[in-house]
Amino acid sequence: MNINRMSAIVIRQYYLLRGNKQRFINIFVWVIVDIIMWGFMSRYLNGMTPGSAYNFVPALLGAVLLWDFMVRIMHGLSMAFMEDSWSRNLLNIFASPISVSEYVCGLVLSSIGTGLISLVGMLALATAIFGLSMFSYGVLMFPFLFVLFLTGIALGIFATAIMLKYGPSSEWLVWPIPAVLSPFVGVFYPLAALPHWMQFVSHALPPSYVFENIRAIVAGHEASPISLVWGLALAAGYTGLASLYFVRVYRGILRSGALARYSAEIS
Amino acid sequence: MALTVTGLRKTYASKTAVDGISFHVGTHEIVGLLGPNGAGKTTTISMILGVLAPSAGTILIDNIDINTDRSAAMSRTNFAAVYATLPGNMTVAQNLHVFGLMYDVPDLKKRIEDLIVEYDLIALRTQKCGSLSSGEQTRVNLAKAMLNKPRLLLLDEPTASLDPSTARDIRNKIRDFAAKSKGGVLWTSHNMHEVEEVCDRVLFLSHGKILLEGNPRTLPAEHNKANLEELFITVAREPLTLGEK
Repeated sequence: MNINRMSAIVIRQYYLLRGNKQRFINIFVWVIVDIIMWGFMSRYLNGMTPGSAYNFVPALLGAVLLWDFMVRIMHGLSMAFMEDSWSRNLLNIFASPISVSEYVCGLVLSSIGTGLISLVGMLALATAIFGLSMFSYGVLMFPFLFVLFLTGIALGIFATAIMLKYGPSSEWLVWPIPAVLSPFVGVFYPLAALPHWMQFVSHALPPSYVFENIRAIVAGHEASPISLVWGLALAAGYTGLASLYFVRVYRGILRSGALARYSAEIS
Repeated sequence: MALTVTGLRKTYASKTAVDGISFHVGTHEIVGLLGPNGAGKTTTISMILGVLAPSAGTILIDNIDINTDRSAAMSRTNFAAVYATLPGNMTVAQNLHVFGLMYDVPDLKKRIEDLIVEYDLIALRTQKCGSLSSGEQTRVNLAKAMLNKPRLLLLDEPTASLDPSTARDIRNKIRDFAAKSKGGVLWTSHNMHEVEEVCDRVLFLSHGKILLEGNPRTLPAEHNKANLEELFITVAREPLTLGEK
């Protein structure tokens, strides 16, 4: 692994963000909308249940913030790839000495940068306006973030592999992936509220373990470290599988000629 | 040897695009890869660039097999092609910086400054590549292609869409590169006057095979043709009237 080659991918994204205010604003705009909307919703629900010890701010707003962090990581990785696809740069990249693993690592590092920027923005807003304290989750905040980070990376790599396999027009498949997953992972409600078959899917998704634990902590119960470890193991496994899938797709399009033609594929 | 290609073949389900070709490009040599549309030129170049897997055969760049040590082989090559322009949403200097890192160029800052001067890009360094004229973009693409002082330079119609004056400047720079560097050049073009002027040797591809090879200034007479363009037309229309290599 060559650090210069990986940093080339990161610096390209930095130049794009620095040179275009719209790209920079895009990191914040959706998460700000979510934080404001769910912040007021949490306050409203707290007001509807006076005297209750249950606080909707960490349960609902905190969960939305963590979910948005995962989505930003996934979109940050996918967007970095899309920038290369839109500017027909993939031929220049894959004809250079950069290896597939270096390229994917560069995309991951780029998404860490944009994900952290949006996380800091969301935390500042949610803390300043709605009094959210992520420390109310205790030290478990860090494994929560790590599980969601790994899941975002796994989804981002998988989404990028899909675009590499099916061409630039397949990006419409990528954007809805978090929305499709969100009903299963229980961002807003306990998994017990779901029908049995949906719960079966939920247990295969790492974020479910994070949101179940958040609700347990807010309700004054003990968190389940074992379930978090299971969530972490699943997230790490999916990251590995997504990486293998990306390499498999890359080798396939190398054989079929789709990579050489990729820049010409507009439809 | 800058490039050694042996038994290179690419077959798709129902079609053989490149049919077991072998050739080489020596140091200081400019070799023209010629042929009609669909002859297999771009397929060959794609395989040498490592963006298309061959069905059979070996490709050695500076004696390194791209199949066994792709990164090392690719770090010794570079390319410029009309269909692979640099991202238009970054400036000239930013593009050179990003690709300089990608090719792990030592003393990158100085190398970029040298190329900006050499390719007359001083006034354009902060301009986004997408806003440049085709001639300016070609100069930037060539500057990028020279970043790593390649042992093998691949040029796919580098002077297409350029005015005659700019095209001449570009040809002179590439000739200069071949003469002074340790590299060789594989050049494709449909401009036979240009090929005759620049190339030391040409390979004519037809239906995925090398049909003819030789000095572009003497090859037409050897096949009773007035000039290279006439020979090209014969290759395109009546390849069977010419001997297969």
